Amino acid sequence: MRRFAAVLGRELRLSLRHGSDTLAALLFFVLTAALFPLAIGPAPETLGRIAPGIVWVCALLAALLPLEKLFGADFEDGSLDLLLLSGLPPAAVAMAKAAAHWLVTGLPLLLAAAPLAIMLRMPEAAIPALLAGLLPGTLLLSLLGATGAALVLGARRSGVLLPLLVLPLTTPVLIFGVAAAEAASAGQNPRPHLLLLAALLAAALSLCPLAAGAALRHAAE
Amino acid sequence: MIEAQALAAFRGERLVFRDLSFGVERGGALVLAGPNGSGKSTLLRVLAGLVRPAAGSLLWEGADALADLPEHARRLAYVGHLDAVKPGLTVAENLSFAARGSTVGPALEALGLAPLAGLPARMLSAGQKRRLALCRLALSHAPLWLLDEPTLGLDSAAVERFGALLARHRAGGGIVVAATHLPLPLPDAGELRLG
Repeated sequence: MRRFAAVLGRELRLSLRHGSDTLAALLFFVLTAALFPLAIGPAPETLGRIAPGIVWVCALLAALLPLEKLFGADFEDGSLDLLLLSGLPPAAVAMAKAAAHWLVTGLPLLLAAAPLAIMLRMPEAAIPALLAGLLPGTLLLSLLGATGAALVLGARRSGVLLPLLVLPLTTPVLIFGVAAAEAASAGQNPRPHLLLLAALLAAALSLCPLAAGAALRHAAE
Repeated sequence: MIEAQALAAFRGERLVFRDLSFGVERGGALVLAGPNGSGKSTLLRVLAGLVRPAAGSLLWEGADALADLPEHARRLAYVGHLDAVKPGLTVAENLSFAARGSTVGPALEALGLAPLAGLPARMLSAGQKRRLALCRLALSHAPLWLLDEPTLGLDSAAVERFGALLARHRAGGGIVVAATHLPLPLPDAGELRLG
């Protein structure tokens, strides 16, 4: 556990030191979502209806941005070998990396989502369901993203490969996340969609670190 | 002691070595020599447990070393041909992960980097970055040191300091396995020629 905390602490320190990279995902999220009223027009009924979709798609794309560097930077400068030799199983290294990605990218996205949804005229009743969906949703994006990032290590054009690999895996997350917010704005119960998201999270929590860990070991060979 | 029995390994599709057997006692040292591409780095990565051998076995104190990889990782320190230095962190911060909470001052002192402790690592020269990578050894309590071209780019004063570090490690019962083309400060080391 102390070693896990050491890897996590190292990741957070590196992210803080490269603050511009960290802010890039959040800025991308806010700016792309802010473009929609300009492109579609500010009519509240149109915007409010598609707001959950806008927030979710923008959050998904923003979470992809820092993925290439998640393991790529360590792979290129030799730090990945040291992480694998830190005495932690590779799955735990992958888990620490995914946790760092969530703290640095997922959590800020979650915090920025509420003001953004209000800006997009989303019905107030739907905002709690949107956030309740984004909490497991951003965790899932970090876990799936870390797995994808570990799998493309060492591949040429990994930057192109990564979204092609991760985006199809995240479609269920997107579908249930948006469905929860839409159900709430239509006056229905968002609970079934949220429970499905939680089930996806439970599966990803147990499987993604194992897959990512195996990919890291393979990349080091 | 560490003992290799009939090791073989692939690099990509190519078999780089086979039937490699050797042993290094506590306090001993082994220098890997051979032309470029003869498999010196691959052998070090096999000994570190980073690359699975295609055949053969690796024994630590008589027991299979690669059965529990995290356990094996705890008894070794590996310095690869890359320095693993983060340019955005300071010299001292670069060592904080390897230090596991202990103080990094003596390690920086051992390789003459103490005056640069607060400097961002991006300001270091290639030789200074190499010295920073070697500082991790001074922080390690692991008995087995695996070194890939450790003195590449070092000046003679730094090589001398590094020699003192190696001598102290071996005097304490440590083992050194190093791949190199340059003469290393390792008195009475065995030599294994590959390729």
